[in-house]
Amino acid sequence: MSWQDVCSVDDLQPDSGVCALVGGQQVALFFMIKDQAVYAVHNYDPIGKANVLSRGMIGDIKGEPVVASPLYKQHFSLRTGVCLEDEQVVVPVYPARIHNGRLEMQVAEPTLIKGSRQEEASV
Amino acid sequence: MSTKKSLVVIGNGMVGQHFLASLVASQVKDSYHITTFCEEPRTAYDRVHLSAFFSGKTAADLALADDGFFTDNGITLHLGDKAASIDRNSKTVTSAKGVTIAYDTLVLATGSYPFVPPVPGHDRPNCLVYRTIEDLEAIASAAKTSKVGVVVGGGLLGLEAAKALTDLGLETHVVEFAPRLMAVQLDEAGGAMLRRKVEALGLQVHTGKNTTLITDGGQCVNKMCFADGEELETDIVLFSAGIRPRDDIARACGLDVGSRGGIVIDNQCKTSDPAIYAIGECALWNGMIYGLVAPGYTMARTVVADLAGSYASFTGADMSTKLKLMGVDVASIGDAHAKSQGSLVYTYQNGASEIYKRLVVSQDKKQLLGAVLVGEVSGYGTLLQYCLNGIELPENPDSLILPPRSDESVGLGPDALPLTAQICSCYDVTKGAICQAIEAGCSSISALKAETKACTGCGGCGALLKSVLDCELTKRGIEVNTDICEHFPYTRQDLYNLVVVEQIKTFDDLLDKHGKGRGCDICKPAIGSILASYWNEYVLAKEHLGLQDTNDTFLANMQKDGTYSVVPRITGGEINPDMLIALGQVGKKYKLYTKITGGQRVDLFGARVDQLPHIWKELIDAGFESGHAYGKSLRTVKSCVGSTWCRYGIDDSVGLAIELENRYKGLRSPHKLKFAVSGCTRECAEAQGKDVGVIATESGWNLYVCGNGGMKPRHADLFATGLDKATLIRYIDRFLIFYVRTAARLQRTSVWMENMEGGLDYLKAVVIDDKLGLCGQLEQQMQHVINTYQCEWKSTIEDENKLKRFRHFINSDQPDDNVVFVEERGQIRPADEEERKHFKIMEVA
Ligand code: SRM
Ligand SMILES: Cc1cc2nc3c(=O)[nH]c(=O)nc-3n(C[C@H](O)[C@H](O)[C@H](O)COP(=O)(O)OP(=O)(O)OC[C@H]3O[C@@H](n4cnc5c(N)ncnc54)[C@H](O)[C@@H]3O)c2cc1C
Ligand code: SF4
Ligand code: FES
Repeated sequence: MSWQDVCSVDDLQPDSGVCALVGGQQVALFFMIKDQAVYAVHNYDPIGKANVLSRGMIGDIKGEPVVASPLYKQHFSLRTGVCLEDEQVVVPVYPARIHNGRLEMQVAEPTLIKGSRQEEASV
Repeated sequence: MSTKKSLVVIGNGMVGQHFLASLVASQVKDSYHITTFCEEPRTAYDRVHLSAFFSGKTAADLALADDGFFTDNGITLHLGDKAASIDRNSKTVTSAKGVTIAYDTLVLATGSYPFVPPVPGHDRPNCLVYRTIEDLEAIASAAKTSKVGVVVGGGLLGLEAAKALTDLGLETHVVEFAPRLMAVQLDEAGGAMLRRKVEALGLQVHTGKNTTLITDGGQCVNKMCFADGEELETDIVLFSAGIRPRDDIARACGLDVGSRGGIVIDNQCKTSDPAIYAIGECALWNGMIYGLVAPGYTMARTVVADLAGSYASFTGADMSTKLKLMGVDVASIGDAHAKSQGSLVYTYQNGASEIYKRLVVSQDKKQLLGAVLVGEVSGYGTLLQYCLNGIELPENPDSLILPPRSDESVGLGPDALPLTAQICSCYDVTKGAICQAIEAGCSSISALKAETKACTGCGGCGALLKSVLDCELTKRGIEVNTDICEHFPYTRQDLYNLVVVEQIKTFDDLLDKHGKGRGCDICKPAIGSILASYWNEYVLAKEHLGLQDTNDTFLANMQKDGTYSVVPRITGGEINPDMLIALGQVGKKYKLYTKITGGQRVDLFGARVDQLPHIWKELIDAGFESGHAYGKSLRTVKSCVGSTWCRYGIDDSVGLAIELENRYKGLRSPHKLKFAVSGCTRECAEAQGKDVGVIATESGWNLYVCGNGGMKPRHADLFATGLDKATLIRYIDRFLIFYVRTAARLQRTSVWMENMEGGLDYLKAVVIDDKLGLCGQLEQQMQHVINTYQCEWKSTIEDENKLKRFRHFINSDQPDDNVVFVEERGQIRPADEEERKHFKIMEVA
């Protein structure tokens, strides 16, 4: 799988999220500035049923990096996409990295780590 | 089967039902066929909460027995049938409908009826009483065509009835024969204080009035004439002049009754016929009729125990009461009138705050015999426990009623209570029973309720129950964790102090010094709010950006479909036609759903994130500014039209509301803040339901604090009266910053105050008397916030960099295609899931 250029690091928001349209999919991109870590997950909140995850707050729960949905506050792991409140619910996650001041990610196949019930994500 | 005996219960009221429930829960039920006569058209209901019927509770909500209770337990129920006579020779009961049942054991639970003084005219139209659901239906229907109501009787029940009439919108009077209100429970000074408070609420009180005649009125349906020659016109006359035991059926069959009524019972609740018991309000024990439900319940349980053959006695009951009448706290404990021999009395009276407290103690000052509390009853639980359990009083008993000096706490910790202390009087649950339940694993209030039934009646024991639970958990080494979250081992108040003491300006700095991990959606917004209230920097500054919840990030409230609402500030609810037109134009242009809010302003819904800056630009150009509907901050200062237009207005409520809203707008706080200002006591702005409420009076502004609507409404407390504007504003400044500094995360002022040791008194001491010597600092901090106010929307649209954030995609101008609207009543609304599949996005504005 090849790395795809998405945007400049300057387009990201420190310790917060933005949304990008990549290969026809809405992708929420998060930037943890202290660890210089970036995470990419699908923007669709399968519980709130709206494209809003990029507008959630990020942080960690017991060391696991998470985003809290801005609608009903469930936490999704930024590494696996699994919902901490209900492990049956999972959002797609994508490999992402910072390379030469650019954010790159792999998008063709979203990496679904585990879980059975995944809501159909809107384009 | 034929070995079973017959048990008949006459009366299915609160006590009769409690008896049946206790009976079927015991072994005794297997020995009896049970039959009950219920005169009313429905089985037992919660008479104690009867008034809730006026606030929307239905007969079904008030019902005490489950649907299947009678059939499931094999109880024969004769509904709507009154027991008419008892034949003690043949041991039978015959009903009005002609049913005759033989009994081996008979229980009388016939309750009482409201006493109607035999004044000529007492049976005229609209002369009513307050006891059954039917009575309330009659009152509600009479009220529809009435303007004025008079309650005859200023006791507990009379005042409750008066409140009901006021709530029905009537001009309400209370006429009392005695020289003061609540004569049974209160002494003279307490009664006088209560009267002032009740009058301040708009009720008219007439004491020492003897009604001699009720006759045709001129403007109203009725006219009451008093012995002193005065008259009072009224549409409704509601008698609440005491109760009389329903002993007629007992009297007719020759049972002993008291000279002033009541079926005489012994300690086992047996009447003069050993086959017949009497319980509840119809029973006379030791010369006493108990007009409260708890003693009746104890009698019921005594009879069940007696039937089971175990030794049980009813030996009297505590008549202490605590209640909130029309927002006035009143409590009376034990020998309130100091009738006991040699008793000594302490009184504390605070005219300014309208607080009255009286302690009655034994000659040796060691035992508490009684107490009266008006206006401030937080000490009730402690005092009651001293009184009931004979706990030795502290050296200076008056410390129990004086406002707390320094930081000493005068509360009697739950630890000091003996295991026999009764915590819940409705269900007779002792501290011992609660400890046992905790031992068995209950670790929450809800578990304790389910296990012991404590606090499932009137709920009055809730605070005490909670303190016993917390204390017991702590003793067992189970820590009651107050940390804000896993990242900071501190409370919000601790964090606030760290920020102030170490002059910390950013979340990262605080996390480095005092926390761990990366933070989360609990600690980030809480600390964001603390930094904002203390430093008042732009909330979207780079270092604070990640701390804001989505609503604060986009300066708008997110709706269910990911779009946002737009709420411009409309100070005091005042808006001129041009501004209204501007709002309409923006709404129209961006095709937004438009609604008048409950906070006297206009909300525009359905804005996409990319539209927000455009909408706000137009609004700001038209003269609007952010309404902070998204922030934990001041929302609205609601106003009534006030003296400028209203014929009753005493002062300019709109002017003051606008001034207050402009003063405090933007202040970040632990939870949202709502104010209101009313121009007179009619209170059209509902100031007494707000965190800060102000009402104009002839002698100045009255300030109310810590009111709340929402999930758990709380009536605000009167904080100070007759203030000039400068003092009023000074008090509000101090009050707000003290709240901002010391409240827990997401704690409204109501809960904050209720959890504060010392409660309202303490708050007054801090804000009015400057007990902590803090007032200067508090005012200074408020001034800083006021000086550094900025309209966040204005700052945002002026900053190109910030605007970058307001796009759905960072790399495309497409909008979110999951946002789909359909039309309803001529405006947009979010499509539901089904509709979304069918419709395509509406045209982009
Ligand atoms: C728009 C409005 C309803 C309306 O159409 O009238 C409204 C709408 C919301 N209210 Fe409200 N409340 C509105 C007046 C009220 C009132 C009435 C009042 O203020 O006089 C109350 C009861 C009074 C009170 O708060 O004491 C009220 C009690 C609540 C509560 C419960 C608070 C509590 O302490 O129990 C919440 C939940 C919360 O804040 O945690 C809430 C939360 C909300 C939220 C923010 C829920 C949310 O997160 O989406 C709603 C978002 C509004 C938006 O998107 O703009 N709203 N809400 C009213 C806006 C008034 C305004 O102009 O700002
Ligand atoms: C508005 C209001 C507020 C109150 N607030 C409180 C409070 O805050 N705290 C408190 O402790 N107490 C309060 N009380 C008092 C409390 O309701 C009574 O103490 C309690 O209801 C007494 O129960 P009881 O079963 O003895 O009488 P009741 O509940 O009156 O029941 C007696 C029943 O017997 C029926 N009956 C009578 N004669 C016959 C017959 N011959 N045949 C068949 N049925 C018959 C009656 O119709 C009635 O249904 C309040 C009362 C009212 C009206
Ligand atoms: S509260 Fe009083 S002054 Fe204000 S509008 Fe109502 S009646 Fe008029
Ligand atoms: S005292 Fe009434 S429920 Fe406990």
